[in-house]
Amino acid sequence: MSEPFLIGDAMTGGYGGADILHGCTIAVEKGQIAVIVGPNGAGKSTAMKAVFGMLNLRSGAVRLGGEDITALSPQARVNKGMGFVPQTNNIFPSMSVEENLEMGAFIRTDDYAQTMEQVYTLFPILRDKRHQAAGELSGGQRQQVAVGRALMTKPSVLMLDEPTAGVSPIVMDELFDRIIEIARTGISILMVEQNARQALAIADKGYVLVQGANRFTDTGEALLADPDVRRSFLGG
Amino acid sequence: MDALNALIMLANFVLIPATAYGSQLALGALGITLIYGILRFSHFAHGDVMAIGTAVVILTTWGLQGAGVSFGVLPTALLALPVGIAFTILYLLAMDRVVYRFYRRVRAKPMVFVMASLGVMFVTNGLTRLLIGPGEQRFADGARFVISARDFRTWTGLSEGLALRSTQLLTVVVALIAMGILFYFLNRTRSGKSMRAYSDNEDLALLSGINPERVVMITWVIAGTLMCLAGTLYGLDKIFRPFTFFQLLLPMFAAAIVGGLGNPLGAIVGGYVIAFSELGVTYAWRRFAGYFLPPDWMPEGLMQILPVDYKFAVTFAILVLVLIFRPTGIFRGKVI
Amino acid sequence: MNPTLRAFLLFGLVGLALLFTGFNQSWTLALTILNMSLISAVLALGVNLQWGYAGLFNVGIMGFTAIGGLAVVLISADPVPEAWSAGGLGALMGLALGAATVMAAIAVWNRMQPSLARVLALIATLVVGYVITRSVFAPAREAIMAVNPATEGYLGGASLPVLLSWPVGALFAAGLAWVIGKISLGLRSDYLAIATLGISEIVIAGMKFEGWLSRGVNNVAGLPRAVPRPVELQGSGFVQSLSERSGIDIVEMASIVEKLGYAALFSVVLIMLIVLSELALNSPWGRMMRAIRDNEIAARAMGKDVKARHLMIFVLGSAICGLAGAMMVTLDGQLTPGTYEPLRFTFLMWVMVIVGGSGNNWGAVLGGMVIWFLWVQAEPLGRAVMELLTSGMAEDNALRIHLVTQAAHTRLILMGSALLFMLRFAPRGLIPEK
Repeated sequence: MSEPFLIGDAMTGGYGGADILHGCTIAVEKGQIAVIVGPNGAGKSTAMKAVFGMLNLRSGAVRLGGEDITALSPQARVNKGMGFVPQTNNIFPSMSVEENLEMGAFIRTDDYAQTMEQVYTLFPILRDKRHQAAGELSGGQRQQVAVGRALMTKPSVLMLDEPTAGVSPIVMDELFDRIIEIARTGISILMVEQNARQALAIADKGYVLVQGANRFTDTGEALLADPDVRRSFLGG
Repeated sequence: MDALNALIMLANFVLIPATAYGSQLALGALGITLIYGILRFSHFAHGDVMAIGTAVVILTTWGLQGAGVSFGVLPTALLALPVGIAFTILYLLAMDRVVYRFYRRVRAKPMVFVMASLGVMFVTNGLTRLLIGPGEQRFADGARFVISARDFRTWTGLSEGLALRSTQLLTVVVALIAMGILFYFLNRTRSGKSMRAYSDNEDLALLSGINPERVVMITWVIAGTLMCLAGTLYGLDKIFRPFTFFQLLLPMFAAAIVGGLGNPLGAIVGGYVIAFSELGVTYAWRRFAGYFLPPDWMPEGLMQILPVDYKFAVTFAILVLVLIFRPTGIFRGKVI
Repeated sequence: MNPTLRAFLLFGLVGLALLFTGFNQSWTLALTILNMSLISAVLALGVNLQWGYAGLFNVGIMGFTAIGGLAVVLISADPVPEAWSAGGLGALMGLALGAATVMAAIAVWNRMQPSLARVLALIATLVVGYVITRSVFAPAREAIMAVNPATEGYLGGASLPVLLSWPVGALFAAGLAWVIGKISLGLRSDYLAIATLGISEIVIAGMKFEGWLSRGVNNVAGLPRAVPRPVELQGSGFVQSLSERSGIDIVEMASIVEKLGYAALFSVVLIMLIVLSELALNSPWGRMMRAIRDNEIAARAMGKDVKARHLMIFVLGSAICGLAGAMMVTLDGQLTPGTYEPLRFTFLMWVMVIVGGSGNNWGAVLGGMVIWFLWVQAEPLGRAVMELLTSGMAEDNALRIHLVTQAAHTRLILMGSALLFMLRFAPRGLIPEK
């Protein structure tokens, strides 16, 4: 069968000291949602950063659409069509919402007005607050700005590091709905989540990591149904 | 009539000079605050680089004057300004290449950058003195007054005169134009916005594909322009002396901190706050009070709160108040 | 290379350079350089205490040295009785009233609830206090300065032994440092830098302007000496016999003996400070200080009061600067407020510490000596280089004349380059921290 659209294949590496990832594999198909879950310190965020090129791999490879991008810098990966939303510090707080989106489109030389319109359609609240400083918005709205900024490059893959950290359950549901909508437009979603149950519910594919290695890999539905996974990672 | 006379006197001795001085400080503080926001260190060589840029303007001015070129009522130095600005920019870019860039690569602590800027300060100071000597230089020419005190009295029939020196008007006009262009650049252009983005969140700016070296270069270009402008205007309006320019470091930094380090609008407001306080506190209010107080109530002294020798104390007092009560400055600059 | 051996070699080189100066230029010059290098070494120790142990960036060294120098006048100069009777009481009253105003203002601020009334009460207290203080102080000040202005016009000192002024100078500087530290420590390190830069300018302005205290720009000359004057030494049999045996002219010999006397005094101070600093550095206290410097957040998490530690070390380091300032004025025998300039008294000290090796006391001392030697010798050297560079030009070439007359300024370029070079290629200095 053909390879997934984006794959981090048997990644091993860390931030210079001891390895954090041990032969970990993460992949996502075109237009699907893949979710990485696992206990604290399992290397979830590290795995995502490895896919995005923010740490050096000792072995393994990252391929996007069949092309080996292991050696590329994060900036170069953005040019290849990857969008990344960090967990914290993911907006320009003193700049307006609209300027945040403009900065997201910084590498684009074509007219991005249409993309901005799409972002505003996806997150209507941002249209209302477009001239307000992003730092003055509520937590959920800031996450919307952050996601919107990453969408401005028209990425083929959007990577989200715990997008619902610190927001209320209602806002979380709302954000997940938006993420599903984004995936429907053909963008692949790779996301790390603490709220494993809700995240797996929307996932096409789920990865349970433990100590930097794959423990369970299946569809989101199957993982939610798996008694082992439920007992160990979903609290029964 | 007395009130009007008093107001004119106040304008003549405090308001107009303070506006001019404040504009000069604001231009300097803008450079400091931009460098702080982008490169994230306190640029201690600021006063000395201002001095060397101004020295080049002065030498060029002398050259032009020697060649018989003049700019009518305006000072010839304005014609020499582009040369000075170009030199200042090239000088800063060279220093960045030779000194600062290395520390950016190794992600050194801010204090290492500050130390390096001390080294640059020494070198620049030496070069300036080598170039033009340590003494005072005058290079203002053109019309001296826009309004002279005597003309003003004849026109208005008031007993107080109001003098507006052409260098004061020039300072304010040039400063306003420069600030207008700067704010347009920062808020309306792609490069300007990328600078603000970089200042706001360096990592995210990198993720968005903003080239840090380009942002840094633009910063030096802008800072160099502002420095040479500030130095030349100060030199025209008051005096050029390398040591005086070094001493401007304190009020300029105070202006940037008072306004909120990293915040351009704050730097401008801070500049005027410092200038008005300095002149207000060291001004002899006796004659001003004379317009309001009955003669037998007049106090003996000059009614000067502090002697001019202590003008740094005024700057310092404002700085201390800000540090105690609002360390982030009026406009909430970078957090401490 | 073994670090100890390396240190010995480097100090040996400084010694050789001084000997070379003595043989080729003059012994008086060599000893003048030696004496100032010893003082510079003391200063560098003080700066190193702040920077090397605690990472505090003090840009006001000049102010602390100057206020230490003022102590020499206040302690050792002869009092001026006429001035005291003319306005001594008024001046002291004025100072007391000024202090009372500040204390009253602080009390108002602390006692009252935050409100507009508090701000108004504060302003009222300051204004009233200012007017009263000024009405007492200003006439007294004028009266003092009117007493025999050509030679006196100030209150004079306490006529105590000049050596006593050294610890007093340290105390003065410590007091000043305490106030500055209280305000600006605990904020970003740049803020301490700006605050110290400001206070040092104010101290110098004060010393220039407050003639009743320091005679201002008229200088206080003829301060008591810590070592007999050369003129007195010429009469001593010991010096005469030295002169005969060595064949050195009696006038020069007396000057050499005087300078050696100072060198001995300064060495005693320097050695005491080095011993104390080394003991402190290796004590639990020193380890704690370095731990705070290397990781402030961790130290704070362990319950260390970082701000209080920093304040302590800032006060101690500044006290050493004050001590050095007093030593400097004692050596010169006069206080000249007009000669304090930041490049020489503040920023040169930084070159010394960075070049020598921050965090290492021996490094700081070495840096003090090396840089002072270069500072003095760079002037003739710069001129020689300029003359060599321009030797191809005509004698009356304007550029040549300009370059040669301005050559003295090349030493600033040299110092800056040395700083930049060390920072880049040997950031740990000539003798790195262990």
